[in-house]
Amino acid sequence: MTSSLLLSVTTFVYAAASVFYIGAWSFNKKVLSRVGLIVLVAGFIMNTAGILLRWVESYKIGYGHAPFSNMYESLVFFSWTVCLLYLFVEYKYKEKIVGVFATPLIFLAIAYASLAPGMESEITPLIPALKSNWLIAHVITCFLGYAGFAVAFGFSVMYLVRPETTKQNGLATKLPYPGVIDELTYQMVVFGFLFLTIGIITGAVWANSAWGTYWSWDPKETWSLITWFIYATLLHLRMMRGWNGKRIAWVSIVGFMAVLFTYFGVNYFLSGLHSYA
Amino acid sequence: MNPQKQGWLDRVPLFCYPKGIDMAQNKSDSTFLKRIWQFFTAVKLTVVLLVLLAATSIIGTVIPQNASPAFYFHNYGESLYKLFSVLNVFDMYNSWWFLALLGLLAVNIVVCSIDRLKSTWKIIFPEKIPFKPQRYRKMKNKTVFETNEDLEKVLPAFKEVLGKKFSFVSENPTDHGVGLYAEKGRWTRIGVYVVHSSILLLLIGALIGGIMGISGTMRLDEGEKGSAISLSGQHQHHDIGFSIKCNSFDVSFYDTGMPEEFRSNLSIIKDGKEVLSSDILVNQPLSFEGYNIYQSSYGTSAAENLELKIQNPKSGMVYTKQVKKGESIKLPEGGGTFELTGFDPNYSFRGHAVGEAFTGILRKGGESEGKQIVLPVKFPTFDRMRRGDLVLSVKDYEKTYYTGLQVAKDPGVPYVYIGFILMIAGCFITFFMSHQSVLVEVNHKNNPGCEVSVAGTANRNSQSMNLKIEKLVSKLKESISS
Ligand code: HEM
Repeated sequence: MTSSLLLSVTTFVYAAASVFYIGAWSFNKKVLSRVGLIVLVAGFIMNTAGILLRWVESYKIGYGHAPFSNMYESLVFFSWTVCLLYLFVEYKYKEKIVGVFATPLIFLAIAYASLAPGMESEITPLIPALKSNWLIAHVITCFLGYAGFAVAFGFSVMYLVRPETTKQNGLATKLPYPGVIDELTYQMVVFGFLFLTIGIITGAVWANSAWGTYWSWDPKETWSLITWFIYATLLHLRMMRGWNGKRIAWVSIVGFMAVLFTYFGVNYFLSGLHSYA
Repeated sequence: MNPQKQGWLDRVPLFCYPKGIDMAQNKSDSTFLKRIWQFFTAVKLTVVLLVLLAATSIIGTVIPQNASPAFYFHNYGESLYKLFSVLNVFDMYNSWWFLALLGLLAVNIVVCSIDRLKSTWKIIFPEKIPFKPQRYRKMKNKTVFETNEDLEKVLPAFKEVLGKKFSFVSENPTDHGVGLYAEKGRWTRIGVYVVHSSILLLLIGALIGGIMGISGTMRLDEGEKGSAISLSGQHQHHDIGFSIKCNSFDVSFYDTGMPEEFRSNLSIIKDGKEVLSSDILVNQPLSFEGYNIYQSSYGTSAAENLELKIQNPKSGMVYTKQVKKGESIKLPEGGGTFELTGFDPNYSFRGHAVGEAFTGILRKGGESEGKQIVLPVKFPTFDRMRRGDLVLSVKDYEKTYYTGLQVAKDPGVPYVYIGFILMIAGCFITFFMSHQSVLVEVNHKNNPGCEVSVAGTANRNSQSMNLKIEKLVSKLKESISS
């Protein structure tokens, strides 16, 4: 069993989990969301195994590095972090149906890794600049940040999809109370913000130890700062101006667009130091 | 903080008149200053500035920064070029307007903090922690239960439970019994100030670095030493006050041909004496007198001792010969002489870069002029194009490398790093900790027995406080059931 095969299978398991969550919501069946959770946990275990296996494989080839060095590996890790965070939220808040909009994101990221044309899934050696323990700290914290914002995005969409009038039938009314979703969105943004902050900081410290400058306004750096500004705005609007509900949901969606641009857009449209991942 | 409910116009800082200021007094100086002060205390200003910073930062990621004027002129045309020059879009992160936005942000934070610190200080360090039961009696999370035990009996048990969970507990007599007040985390209210001062430290550190920092590159061949760096982005040199000598340089490659690691062995020479000697790698710089010396690039500077492969394509005969730079050797089969004249690390043949190549002169018989030939390392059949009797190619050679060093001094870094630490700590405190307080009122009711009501609040995260109250209630019940 190779890691890429295992991760391809994981893609389908995550797809199944999303289908169960959506089914649970559409047919209002609790059983389906419970099955969804089990499938999701199975996917998570396989995802974890896939990452570890890839790590081992890279040592066997002789390149020996953590699997965070290119787009393929980062997407697989992104799925993993979003899944981890989502499982934690479901466990802590005991809200089943909130996975409707979060689980598809987990699936989409890993599916993009496995299926996108031109995606290099080979294990390649590390260039000297990436050989640093800061790489691991930087990648893990950035991705925990992105995961927080991704789950917040899922909740924000859910908030906006839910109609304000509480009709008894119709899909959206089966979602949890808006106040709960609003609170969850905020919690996820706060989590994401803390880790994005640490991610930017570890990146800066690393840059300073490798190149002698902690900040060089490289496009990826700049975009992560733009993202940081947007979420800082969100926090002030909420804490100081009392924004919540729909308005915060929209700001969170805008913030996630900035995350996506930082993650993908910069690589495809702009050039800079970070072009490898 | 209570959210202020205001109209749309009031949210725009320029239109927001501070409350309690009489418009008729506007002309007096103190009111004018007051208005400026009020302008800078507004969180609306923060929001506007953050949004502006986010939006304008995009420009510099789309328009390449610090390229040559010709590049911009060519790509954007004359009128845009003029506009961009005025706004310094070519180096926008150092432009006057971008720095002004950052400056306003700093003023905003300072003014806002001073404005609030007085009242926050009183809350954080009160002379006496106040007992205000009325606040808690109206709370939504108030939970009431009754017990058959007497007040005197439950009080010590309750105090023990509260003492375990809170850092401060006080016992206060009330009209109908006793109010136990407990709290913790008063100090966490300082978290926001920690975050905001970290931002100031980052800005101060960046300012110090911008004014006093210096950064440039130095290129040293193996064995060479130097003390001048070329400043980034300018055609200027700066003497760093000591010399760096490159003793040796090594590079290793993966089987894919990608460099695996490169390493320079450097010595620092100060006042003619070698004071330090060390290896540097890409992620392992060397520090000396405030300067950090980073391994940033490398290249081939020269090549020596060429081993030449000489082939006769017709007969298939192959010979090898050694030749040094400037030396002339006799070719076999009466092919004349070959003089090695040079080496180019990046030879360009009719506009195509062919990489490393040796150049030499081929002389037949008694010719003095000879013919210039090129031997690219990567293309051994290149010399066939000459259609000579013999085909020359490079078999082996010894290279010497140059090492590309980045030399930088930034006295702002310690401030920035302290800022980083404070930022993480402050965010953590602000997001995940809060000032929590509870009131447990025990009132005489029935005989024997009493009524217990529990309510609590937190300055952040009120949702989780409700859960905490639920847990506390069950703990309290537990403590008197045994
Ligand atoms: C990007 C730079 C930032 C600027 C320019 C900024 C500015 C401000 C200003 C001017 C205020 C109102 C004045 C005050 O209460 O002290 C404020 C309030 C606040 N800021 Fe920031 N801030 C920034 C970043 C942050 C971050 C990263 C956090 C997250 C931890 C944060 C959390 C808060 C909180 C919680 C308040 C409310 C304070 C209160 O409850 O009294 N700020 N900010």
